[in-house]
Amino acid sequence: MTLFVRGTVARGGFVLDANLMVGAETVAVTGDNGSGKTTLLRVVAGLERLQSGRMSLGETVFDEPSVRTFVPPRTRSASMIFQDALLLPFLNAIDNVAFPLRRAGVPADVARDAAAAALDRLGAGRLGPRDPSTLSGGEARRVALARALVRTPAVVLLDEPFTALDRRSRAEFRSLLADALHSLTVPALVVTHDDADVEALCRGEIRVIRTGDGRSTAADSAA
Amino acid sequence: MRATALAVAAAVATGFVALPVAGVLVRTPWSGFLDAVGSREARSAIGLSLATSLASAVLAVVLGLPLAWVLARRDFPGRRLVRAVVAVPMVLPPVVAGVALLGTFGRSNGIVGRALFEATGLQLTFSPLGVVVAQCFVALPFFVLSAEAGIAQVDRRYEDVAETLGARPGYVARAVVLRLAAPAVAAGAVLAWARALGEFGATITFAGNVEGRTQTLPLAVYLLLERDQGAAYALSAVLVGIAIAVLVLLRGRWLGVRR
Repeated sequence: MTLFVRGTVARGGFVLDANLMVGAETVAVTGDNGSGKTTLLRVVAGLERLQSGRMSLGETVFDEPSVRTFVPPRTRSASMIFQDALLLPFLNAIDNVAFPLRRAGVPADVARDAAAAALDRLGAGRLGPRDPSTLSGGEARRVALARALVRTPAVVLLDEPFTALDRRSRAEFRSLLADALHSLTVPALVVTHDDADVEALCRGEIRVIRTGDGRSTAADSAA
Repeated sequence: MRATALAVAAAVATGFVALPVAGVLVRTPWSGFLDAVGSREARSAIGLSLATSLASAVLAVVLGLPLAWVLARRDFPGRRLVRAVVAVPMVLPPVVAGVALLGTFGRSNGIVGRALFEATGLQLTFSPLGVVVAQCFVALPFFVLSAEAGIAQVDRRYEDVAETLGARPGYVARAVVLRLAAPAVAAGAVLAWARALGEFGATITFAGNVEGRTQTLPLAVYLLLERDQGAAYALSAVLVGIAIAVLVLLRGRWLGVRR
């Protein structure tokens, strides 16, 4: 499946002009702070709307304002990993992982079994009954990753997934992520500032460049 | 020396608040307490107060929650003005609140009240419903401002993450945002209830002082002070007890370092 974004998005007085195509591979999204890297991910997730242009994944058009097409985030199967794990504090780890399945109407016991399996695959099976507040940063990330992958996503969006981690759990989480993304074969965008992340995870690169005058462009290296 | 002076000043302020409260408990004739609280007049005031204050708190939540949400989550021109308007009853003298309600909901010349009476026969003045209106008017800002602060504190990325994981916006609002804001929303409801329970000025001005219909506990205390001081103290002690219970309920939220 190919992710295709060609269009503009306006956010808080600045305009991002995107023109990119990503196949079933992991690409880095690099650029200065405030250039619009997160905005690009939010557009793909459906948390932000295109102002003009078109965005599609495979055969499905997600966003095309000129024909009033907009697929809401909940039906895009776009899994987003934020800088913080953002586990829901009132659910334990396993119920956090089961959350997407429950929202999709999967019965509770089936969802919980699948969540346990997803945690196991990431070597975090024992974390299941724990409260998010008792997890370390690295543990919380694993649970968040399991939650993002439990419903096989159609596209994966990672917004600086390593910044809040110390060096050791960073390396660990990076190789975990590399394995997970490798076996998924879907488009994945990783916002990062670290060349080591790019090297370990990514095959291509999307550069987000400020062109002055409150505008930025985002383009893949082929464009 | 300066530390001692500071401690004395702090003790004076604490005593200024604590002494009168303790005074109520000291002056209460505990031997006749049950008789005083159990009299027909007192029982009807207590029952009316509980019913109206609970109704007011529920009404404040029903009216206030959407407003708190909008203030916390929507950016619109005039938001600060709306917040200021909603806070007015907090700083308005309660008697003036009562006058304002009369001018609006009064049966004979209220801008809304007259039409309401002619259309439905519904009269708010001198009725328990009027008590609820008066109490809710003064209590609403306590709920709205507390709930708004609670909702505004919820990290918006929780909404984003829940939506990308397949939750509908309505579910996100209810089961994620309100769930996370629940302590502040509950504290606001308790504050609004306590304010409604203690309401005096707006109630007596707008709803009057009719025993069994609009004579709430604070109104009964005021009347009893003329006739039967012991009973007035006993009913005051009931209100002191409730006030302390409210503080215990809110402890950590109110007595802590927040805000």
